[in-house]
Amino acid sequence: MTPSSSAGALALGDDALVLSHRLGEWAGHAPVLEEDVALANIALDLLGQARVLLSLVGDEDELAYLREERAFRNLQLVEQENGDFGHSIARQLYFSTYQQLLYGQLAAGDGVFAPLAAKAVKEVDYHRDHAEQWTLRLGDGTAESHERMQRGLDALWRFTGEMFQPVEGVDGVDWQSLHTSWHTSVSSVLKRATLTVPEGPQTGSWSAGAGRQGLHTEPFGRMLAEMQHLHRSHPGATW
Amino acid sequence: MVTTTPLEEELRLLAGSVPDPELPVLTLQELGVLRSVEVLGPGRVEVELTPTYTGCPAIGTMVADIEQVLHDHGIPDVSVRTVLAPAWSTDDISAEGRRKLAEFGIAPPRPGGPAGPVALSLAIRCPHCGSTDTELLSRFSSTACKALRRCASCREPFDHFKEL
Repeated sequence: MTPSSSAGALALGDDALVLSHRLGEWAGHAPVLEEDVALANIALDLLGQARVLLSLVGDEDELAYLREERAFRNLQLVEQENGDFGHSIARQLYFSTYQQLLYGQLAAGDGVFAPLAAKAVKEVDYHRDHAEQWTLRLGDGTAESHERMQRGLDALWRFTGEMFQPVEGVDGVDWQSLHTSWHTSVSSVLKRATLTVPEGPQTGSWSAGAGRQGLHTEPFGRMLAEMQHLHRSHPGATW
Repeated sequence: MVTTTPLEEELRLLAGSVPDPELPVLTLQELGVLRSVEVLGPGRVEVELTPTYTGCPAIGTMVADIEQVLHDHGIPDVSVRTVLAPAWSTDDISAEGRRKLAEFGIAPPRPGGPAGPVALSLAIRCPHCGSTDTELLSRFSSTACKALRRCASCREPFDHFKEL
């Protein structure tokens, strides 16, 4: 691992780790039992990907539990709070579409992330399909579900621009075409779901693509506090 | 692995006979996750194992079980490496493995992997009554590798080992 590749592994690994934790928060709270199971399974896939990626960088537990907020390199999108189910599905649609396209490109190359990407993209296909099916169901459902789904999409739109900024150490990716393909794919789903593609800027004026630089939003600190509490309070504890 | 010694063949059979911790009806050989067994030196063996899903929590138990069975066979130094490439596919499940899954009440994966609409249009047969009139309840079931379905004929829910 070159230092540059390590930076790339950290960015991709933190995306997977943080979203995994957020999805894990749904356990016991999802609208129906099947969704509890589905979201936990998606979280588990992401956790597995995170473990592989963080292990390329160093000790996975140290990296997950002992880093400060500023040392995390995940996108701000994945650290956003779950909100209601529509909000979480909007986040899933945005991120899984991105991850599917990004890992597809990485899998087709011969870079350091190709083996993991080739493996993970098959899992992510199911994540994206899950998000698409729910987007269609909520968007083309009741007035209430439609409105909530649209609200989630609108609220998270300003965090989507960061996904298409080149990531240090993640080579062989055509970020411009990634952005175009993402927009086409998401727009197609939203259209079929009778939803509107948000129109505002894809980055907040204050954010400056910040997650990758270690600048995070307010909910992230609270999430980390919960995620890291046990490990920090009881160092070396085992089951 | 270019050549395989008789000892390696023997150890591979042993390691391959270990049951899957979550689907004990299948052996690791039938599941297709055992990639290679190589004797590196006297009493020293390296095993390559590939996970079904990247986050499969059963991999730790698989590793421990393989180590145990080879230790019991007089190999003191066993290292099990996890490899990702080439990625495991449900096509790696043997014919015998598929038969056992169905017998166990889990609809086996359709051949050809998940790609494309062709695989999706093939009917999934209820492992209880054999009807092809089944519907998807959830894409994710008791484990990441399974989907939950229901049979419209006998009304029984069942797991489907989904294509990967």
